[in-house]
Amino acid sequence: MGNQPDIRAGRLPDSAYAENFGDVHPPLDRKAALVEASRCYFCYDAPCIEACPTGIDIPSFIRKISTDNVRGAAQDILEENILGGACARVCPTEVLCQQACVRTAQEGKPVQIGLLQRYATDAVMDSAVHPFTRAAPSGKRVAVVGAGPAGLACAHRLALRGHDVVILEARPKPGGLNEYGIAAYKVPDSFAQREVGFLLAIGGIEIRNGQALGRDFTLDDLRRDYDAVFLGMGLGGVRALGLEGEEMEGIYNAVDFIAELRQAADLKALAVGREVVVIGGGNTAIDIAVQSKRLGAEDVTLVYRRGPETMSATHHEQAFAQTDSVKIKHWAQPHSLAGEDGRLTAVTFEYTRLEGGRLVGTGETFTLPADMLFKAIGQTMGPPNLLRANGGSEGLEMAGERIAVDATRRSSLPDVWAGGDCIGISEDLTVAAVQDGKLAAEAIDAWLGGGAT
Amino acid sequence: MADLRCDIAGVKSPNPFWLASAPPTDKEYNVVRAFKAGWGGVVWKTLGEDPPIVNVSSRYGAMSYNGTRMAGFNNIELITDRPLEVNLREIKQVKRDWPDRAMVISLMVPCEEENWRAILARVEDTGADAVELNFGCPHGMSERGMGSAVGQVPEYIEMVTRWCKAHTRMPVFVKLTPNVTSVLGPARAAKAGGADAVSLINTINSIMSVDLDVMAPTPVVGGKGTHGGYCGPAVKPIAMHMVAEIARDPDCAGLPISGIGGIANWRDAAEFMTLGAGSVQVCTAAMHKGFKIVDDMIDGLGYWMDEKGYRSLDDFRAAAIPNVTDWQYLDMNYEIVAKIDQDLCIKCGLCHIACEDTSHQAIAAGKAEGARRYEVIDAECVGCNLCMHVCPVEGCITMVEVENGKGYMNWKEDPRNPLSRKAAE
Repeated sequence: MGNQPDIRAGRLPDSAYAENFGDVHPPLDRKAALVEASRCYFCYDAPCIEACPTGIDIPSFIRKISTDNVRGAAQDILEENILGGACARVCPTEVLCQQACVRTAQEGKPVQIGLLQRYATDAVMDSAVHPFTRAAPSGKRVAVVGAGPAGLACAHRLALRGHDVVILEARPKPGGLNEYGIAAYKVPDSFAQREVGFLLAIGGIEIRNGQALGRDFTLDDLRRDYDAVFLGMGLGGVRALGLEGEEMEGIYNAVDFIAELRQAADLKALAVGREVVVIGGGNTAIDIAVQSKRLGAEDVTLVYRRGPETMSATHHEQAFAQTDSVKIKHWAQPHSLAGEDGRLTAVTFEYTRLEGGRLVGTGETFTLPADMLFKAIGQTMGPPNLLRANGGSEGLEMAGERIAVDATRRSSLPDVWAGGDCIGISEDLTVAAVQDGKLAAEAIDAWLGGGAT
Repeated sequence: MADLRCDIAGVKSPNPFWLASAPPTDKEYNVVRAFKAGWGGVVWKTLGEDPPIVNVSSRYGAMSYNGTRMAGFNNIELITDRPLEVNLREIKQVKRDWPDRAMVISLMVPCEEENWRAILARVEDTGADAVELNFGCPHGMSERGMGSAVGQVPEYIEMVTRWCKAHTRMPVFVKLTPNVTSVLGPARAAKAGGADAVSLINTINSIMSVDLDVMAPTPVVGGKGTHGGYCGPAVKPIAMHMVAEIARDPDCAGLPISGIGGIANWRDAAEFMTLGAGSVQVCTAAMHKGFKIVDDMIDGLGYWMDEKGYRSLDDFRAAAIPNVTDWQYLDMNYEIVAKIDQDLCIKCGLCHIACEDTSHQAIAAGKAEGARRYEVIDAECVGCNLCMHVCPVEGCITMVEVENGKGYMNWKEDPRNPLSRKAAE
């Protein structure tokens, strides 16, 4: 082939990085917020509320914005979703509240609920007042595994109910995917850490970073030392392509690279390929594709094995990537990897089609030159199964690769609840994880208050 | 296009759109700009006796509604604060330069015959077309026994009007205040005094808003506020009622009306005219958007008249008056019910909750094929129109007449009326 892989840092002028990774949707100012709020009809039994996984009373908070009662608006939001600030930024509103907005049906232009939610929550987070007060101490202690959205939401609600919470987080910082996994331009300016700080201000929550389940402690340890346990550690593993040469240089897990990018002190020092290929169809695939482009990659091609309608990235996200000059190719699956001297040089794909509902290769192929290949084809609980490692609880039932839970997010163990991506009963969204944490906390509170010993 | 020429009490103008006596008509510079923009006439801002009054700083208050600025507006300004001689000189010059435009001069002097006689003579000398007696201004001047202090006492209106008619050959318009329990007393008094026309409404007593930090009404003047005159789009319904009351009053028959109050476009103007207004006067809309708005008023009204086959303003003036009646003459047998166009419905539920919480529980909320569905319960619907008004989708909820085979029957004839039963016995 003869072409040397071209992976290097500093592809763009210094000033470009701040612009490329700054706020993708700038906040509304007061005037714009009032105009947008005035578009809300204050629907009865509003469809947007039903469409919100955390059930925020959206017409109510928007009406409060329209009367300059921003504190009341934020209270309405945060009572249902303590990570309302993050969700305002990362929720795929186009398939949730804003899709349900009656103005979508009426004129194709929903009320900008996400931006209004951000307007309200930003105002309260910027003020020094934490809007919630804890109930009287219960004397109970709950362990939460994972300081991501599910764990944080659970911890806050438990603290609100008077319980003391210890969060055990494997990474050096709390925040989960908001800190490590979401595109930088969606949550700039250390938003995830600011939100964690806001949330912890309720008191009664201790976070211990660098504590991984299965490595530093076991589920049995927690069940012994705490009154109840919430598992919200997400998915630690990444699926493999299963192709020969997958260990070559230039092949990355998208989640690892995004984490590196999110933690990078200086983005222009982060090396990126000239030709980048992304495999996958979810938000992680979109996020890595766009961020690669914004780091200065010349050509970024996202390849997905099925059609646009089955991509888990929304239509809006796909269009966003395309606006950033990411090329999306549908109906092709990875076929083989080519390299020189242990370094990736090209990826060959085989076209696919549906045959009787099954996806099959057509036998035709095409080859994309690639300096970098990002795998974004889904995550797993991870090898090794941390739950079982080093003395995990044997009675914990799994549903496939995830933890089995009931409607209250309780596992098969009476004192263990779980939520977020590690249960996977709802969509893999921040807002769904928050709802898991909230429901579990209420169930734990009821159980602890119900005379559990 | 239709002929928009206007003749009211002998005052002629190329169109019926006049600027009301107010800041836009305070001096030659503004008035010339207005005439260049196409306004048919002006009522020059109220002249008084020298020395000129002095205004305060901070003069206007406004009410925004749902992002719409100046849905309502008020002011605590007084009459012109320029010397009488300067105003008269400018009026004379403008009338000479713009002879086809209506030049009406608003006046306010103390309630003595000699004062009125003196100023009328000087105004007549300018060549102005008419005078308008400002008996309406509700703030400031009324504390000095002028403006609405006169307009609220029919005897004073009649007396001053009579003086003016005696001392000038110019047509006399009397501007009426709405700050009365019935406008008919003042209107009849004006007619009795010999008025050639009435202009209404002047502004309404109001407190625009309270500044919750300063704890004072707006506009705030050095920590305090006072009531001001309310105008703008929000007052139009009040003004139209008063215009119609005069237009259909037998005692006021034949009394020309210059309509004022919240007029911002040709449609507003047409509505006033169908209720009897000959010319219309505009202020707030011009203060909000500038003089250019008259362009739409002129061709909008003209095109509408063309469409309807009206060739002159007389063809539709007061055309709605025969249909303005008293409640007791409404048809008790007329029946309508709401109808929801399910294809247009966007499922906001506002019709349901408005009816359920505040009216007649006549719209059921249900589900059909998993989607929200709102259905009118005909038997419970009284035809109140509330659902139609709250529905954000144009044409989605309509009120449909129920053919009940019953003829016209008013309340006087209605057997349910205790008085009618008594009369029948």
